Amino acid sequence: MDLHFGDSKPTDDERAAVDALLGPPESSWEGAARDEMRAADLRWARGGREARDRRDLLLPGLHAINDRIGWISDGALDYLCRRLTVPPAEAYGVATFYAMFSVRPRPATVLHVCTDLACAAAGAVDLCAGIEGSLGPGVSVERSPCLGLCERAPAALVVRAGVTYPARPAAHPARLGAPPLEEFEDEARSGPKRGSGGAAPSGGPGQRPGDGTGRGGGGGTPRATAVVAPATAHTAVLAAASPDSAPEEPPAAMAVPQAGEPGLTLLSRIGAVDPSSLNDYRAHGGYTALRRAFALGPAGVIREVTDSGLVGRGGAAFPTGRKWQATASRPDHPHYLVCNADESEPGTFKDRVIMEGDPYALVEAMTIAAYATGAHQGYLYLRGEYPRSLARMEHALAQARARGLLGEDILGQGYSFDIEIRRGAGAYICGEETALFNSIEGYRGEPRSKPPFPVEKGLFGKPTVENNVETLVNVLPILTMGAPAYAAIGTARSTGPKLFCVSGSVERPGIYELPFGATLGELLELAGVRDGLRAVLLGGAAGGFVRPDEMDIPLTFEGTREAGTTLGSGVVMAFDDTVPLPRLLLRIAEFFRDESCGQCVPCRVGTVRQEEALHRIAERTGAAAADDIALLREVGRAMRDASICGLGQTAWNAVESAIDRLGAYE
Amino acid sequence: MTVTPLGIPRRLLEFTIDGEPVRAPEGSTILDACRAAGKDVPTLCEGDTLRPKNACRVCVVEVEGSRTLVPACSRKAEPGMEVRTDTERARHSRRIVLELLASSVDLSTTPRVTEWIKEYEAKPDRFGPDAARLNEEPKVDNDLYVRDYDKCILCYKCVDACGDQWQNTFAISVAGRGFDARIAVEHDAPLTDSACVYCGNCIEVCPTGALSFKSEFDMRAAGTWDESAQTETTTVCAYCGVGCNLTLHVQDNEIVKVTSPHDNPVTHGNLCIKGRFGYQHVQNRN
Repeated sequence: MDLHFGDSKPTDDERAAVDALLGPPESSWEGAARDEMRAADLRWARGGREARDRRDLLLPGLHAINDRIGWISDGALDYLCRRLTVPPAEAYGVATFYAMFSVRPRPATVLHVCTDLACAAAGAVDLCAGIEGSLGPGVSVERSPCLGLCERAPAALVVRAGVTYPARPAAHPARLGAPPLEEFEDEARSGPKRGSGGAAPSGGPGQRPGDGTGRGGGGGTPRATAVVAPATAHTAVLAAASPDSAPEEPPAAMAVPQAGEPGLTLLSRIGAVDPSSLNDYRAHGGYTALRRAFALGPAGVIREVTDSGLVGRGGAAFPTGRKWQATASRPDHPHYLVCNADESEPGTFKDRVIMEGDPYALVEAMTIAAYATGAHQGYLYLRGEYPRSLARMEHALAQARARGLLGEDILGQGYSFDIEIRRGAGAYICGEETALFNSIEGYRGEPRSKPPFPVEKGLFGKPTVENNVETLVNVLPILTMGAPAYAAIGTARSTGPKLFCVSGSVERPGIYELPFGATLGELLELAGVRDGLRAVLLGGAAGGFVRPDEMDIPLTFEGTREAGTTLGSGVVMAFDDTVPLPRLLLRIAEFFRDESCGQCVPCRVGTVRQEEALHRIAERTGAAAADDIALLREVGRAMRDASICGLGQTAWNAVESAIDRLGAYE
Repeated sequence: MTVTPLGIPRRLLEFTIDGEPVRAPEGSTILDACRAAGKDVPTLCEGDTLRPKNACRVCVVEVEGSRTLVPACSRKAEPGMEVRTDTERARHSRRIVLELLASSVDLSTTPRVTEWIKEYEAKPDRFGPDAARLNEEPKVDNDLYVRDYDKCILCYKCVDACGDQWQNTFAISVAGRGFDARIAVEHDAPLTDSACVYCGNCIEVCPTGALSFKSEFDMRAAGTWDESAQTETTTVCAYCGVGCNLTLHVQDNEIVKVTSPHDNPVTHGNLCIKGRFGYQHVQNRN
């Protein structure tokens, strides 16, 4: 390809942001200024395969610019393209795909205010109005889809670009630099010195985790963030003015009302361990599952996982053992492991709580999954709206690496594996498995058509296992307690424990762990459902509503299916009669319109027509709404039947269930 | 003598379309088999010289055992498959897709679409007068061709032809997301500031007339464009030794457009700026 660049030049800051990620340019081909040119520079080009192999650094590069400058200028984009040999038109297409990037100038501080379901029910509209009324200059407000903080609604997230120190460290800053209390015998001692290796919570600017080849993850973010939840106009404006002095977020355990109770499997460590301490994790049973995995061998692990009956927790409920087996048996190499932590379904926040409260569990589980499927490189695709998860996971990876639990020869077993974090940038669709691959690879996050399936051609066209965070952490109890004991939990067809994200009109919102088979009523009782319950949304925006008199629906995949609804990702959102149902439906429709990638017609235009129709009937009922409801049904049916991916296929689910089950618009 | 490569013999797969047994060579798509069997499955984003993008979803068919409808243009035929092309379910989705497109995009220059809208009884007006449309103005920023994105159905064919499938120029991409997604060069700049080499291979594959020769655009605006009065003459480009085929579209003794046969085994319908646009000297009568 013959790259063409305009006259726009990067500023020194923009150039420094890109160079911090990629290292200084090596020739004028890559954009080095003439006076920096080395004597030997004959404008040699990085080209061919080497250039193409760096394409996946496009998204980290865009983050690097956005983190430091706050937006992506023509000159900055062109410079990044020169460095990576990427056509500017394609990079522009990628940059404009993500909601958290802007290609137009904007203030360095952006206040993302969640206006999605749980927050809307908790007064997000008034919050936005209050914020906009009292906000000073230098801050822009963006209405955001679900920020995954539903247990503390309404929520806001401040992102300030251009701060020259690392993001806020994890919860126990004093302990980060302190030497670990004790060492475990099986850990490698040859890695980087522990004290220093673990000291940088999220890496200084330019620090590149991993193999030292300049392939950076989400590390080294010169930005400040602050999460304000529950937010008032006052606290949000204060945090936006000074994100560093905003009050510390409550610990992750606050999102787990059951924390500390006996009998928990997945949540047992949350609140009990220091999420920054690997020693603490190991003292609470950490890394026994990996030892058992090494004892079983890859085929043995897959057999255990298959026998356990574990199915994917992201919403599609595909048997995990089958997925692993299919990938492991592919002759094509390398294999990749991808952890989908792009948790963006409105109402879902379980992955955030796991990553914030028990980050090493995910590191261990990913190591096991990679070992079983023959992968040596893992990617953790982490939602861009989760700054604390990012800091915790970066710290956990650095610690694990320093202690020989990632990298070469893990636990002296001759197996090597490492994990790179890739940060999303605001696109619900990137939670779709193939869209996520495209996003990592540096392309627009548009879903691919299947077949071929990821187990055959996934990330970089290679066999790939992609699992959700919750699915992966289930592998730990499967290996520690054994498949039969695990399969004895829950029901025959939905085995194991399940996490539920309860929010809305309940006294104790948060993550709940129950064995499959508990009823909706039991869960809501546990969470303290308030009086005047009008509807419960199961599975998030892509799920469906049920009535208050359907409390005996068993929370299993088969039970919800029989009841004509879905478990989805485990969202249980309760609404009382203070929230007008048409307004909720309109918000769901807006969500899908905003988040449709635009690739296929049924979803791209269908979600717009759906929103328009819901607008028209927002104040109507009965015969006055009948024509538009008929139209919604027809468009919804085509979206479900003919869209490429799950986003379009489910975009009409919640609206349909509200009409059919709740009698909306009657 | 022209040697037509036969390739290695391909296994024939047996399956059924609308209950009738068919045989198609391994690697064929359902659409290939449907066309061979004489079934008229509508297509918009499918291109004979490009890999299927299956973005428009107007070619969907029912396949036994599949939860959703299946795009005929990209799904490979498999032995034993039971394909149904004309069920109520498939026709419903086609109708809605046509309604969604026709209510948001100017399809006035899209071949056959009027016929399909009639056949599927699509009623684009049902979404009301306030239904969102693309509302794009034609981009006339050079003397050779016009980009009228009000007619764009976002089929990705121009992007694919400009990118790694043919031209490797990568001047254009899809920018933005969802209903706001548009084909654009970097920074939404005019074409003249982009990497475009004016090969016109994007015009060649555009299924809706969103991309057109400036000559065609001007004649349509003046009301003088008349395809029935045009002749098409295929000849050999004289500029270099490659010998690409040019099809000259002539109206009133003036070349108004140049295309290239897609079945040419060497060029597959692709040309360069000279073959595509360098014809003025032919009609310079001074």
